[in-house]
Amino acid sequence: MERTEQEKIIVIPCSGIGKAFGSIAREATYELTENLRSKTTGTVCLALLVSGDEESLNLVRENKCITVDGCPLQCAEKNVRLAGGNFAGSFRVVDAFKENRHLKPKSVTFLDDDGQRLAKVLAEKMASKVDELLGGES
Amino acid sequence: MQLSEKKVGIISCRGEGCVEGTISRVATRLVLEKLPEKTVTICLPLFLAGGKEERAFARDYPTITVDGCEKLCAKIGTERYSGKPASSIVVTELARNWHCSKLNSRRKLDADSVAVAEKVAERIAEEVDEVLDRWR
Repeated sequence: MERTEQEKIIVIPCSGIGKAFGSIAREATYELTENLRSKTTGTVCLALLVSGDEESLNLVRENKCITVDGCPLQCAEKNVRLAGGNFAGSFRVVDAFKENRHLKPKSVTFLDDDGQRLAKVLAEKMASKVDELLGGES
Repeated sequence: MQLSEKKVGIISCRGEGCVEGTISRVATRLVLEKLPEKTVTICLPLFLAGGKEERAFARDYPTITVDGCEKLCAKIGTERYSGKPASSIVVTELARNWHCSKLNSRRKLDADSVAVAEKVAERIAEEVDEVLDRWR
């Protein structure tokens, strides 16, 4: 059966600007939506969603959503829930970091090699979640 | 929220959906690195979702909003919750004025896009100095 637009998983990172973990959340989202699962996932601007943009609100309400947060405040998850989004799972960069302590990302503006590697590890985990949500059809 | 020094809050949209959002994010970061004694940043999603400290800062201190596109999430959100920003920058407008038509890759900025981000950062830095001068 051909997959329809409605069956996409929407991935929303916090994109936090103060620390490397926010950059890693953003990079992991791009790795997932542009490379690993480009046909079955998409993303939306978190600020636009939180601003009440109707198109963005419809997108997160009509599709399953995965959030990726860089810090414990978990802005992406909280805002998707507040928006009435179809919340289906969340990831935290700090959890991926704890499982990969040999990687020590430092730079924020442009991710260093360790930051890129951690983003890839996280994106792989998110891809597994996408497959699970889509019944292994990715 | 009170800081001992005069600082300008930079509120960037950093939209994930377009290259201009990435440029707004990178430009803001470059300013924070260049002018740490004059600037702080405010996390926009946290601010919009009701972050008390973020909103209090934006009420008590001057802000500069940096939006990637004409939807102006940072500017409109700041006006709605904390008052008019001291200055507002829109990347798409600047890029158009600078005749930069080939911005691409929201994920990893190419050399042209990095150059635009650096020019946007310079513009933000100029605005920071103007805002601080007016404040004195």
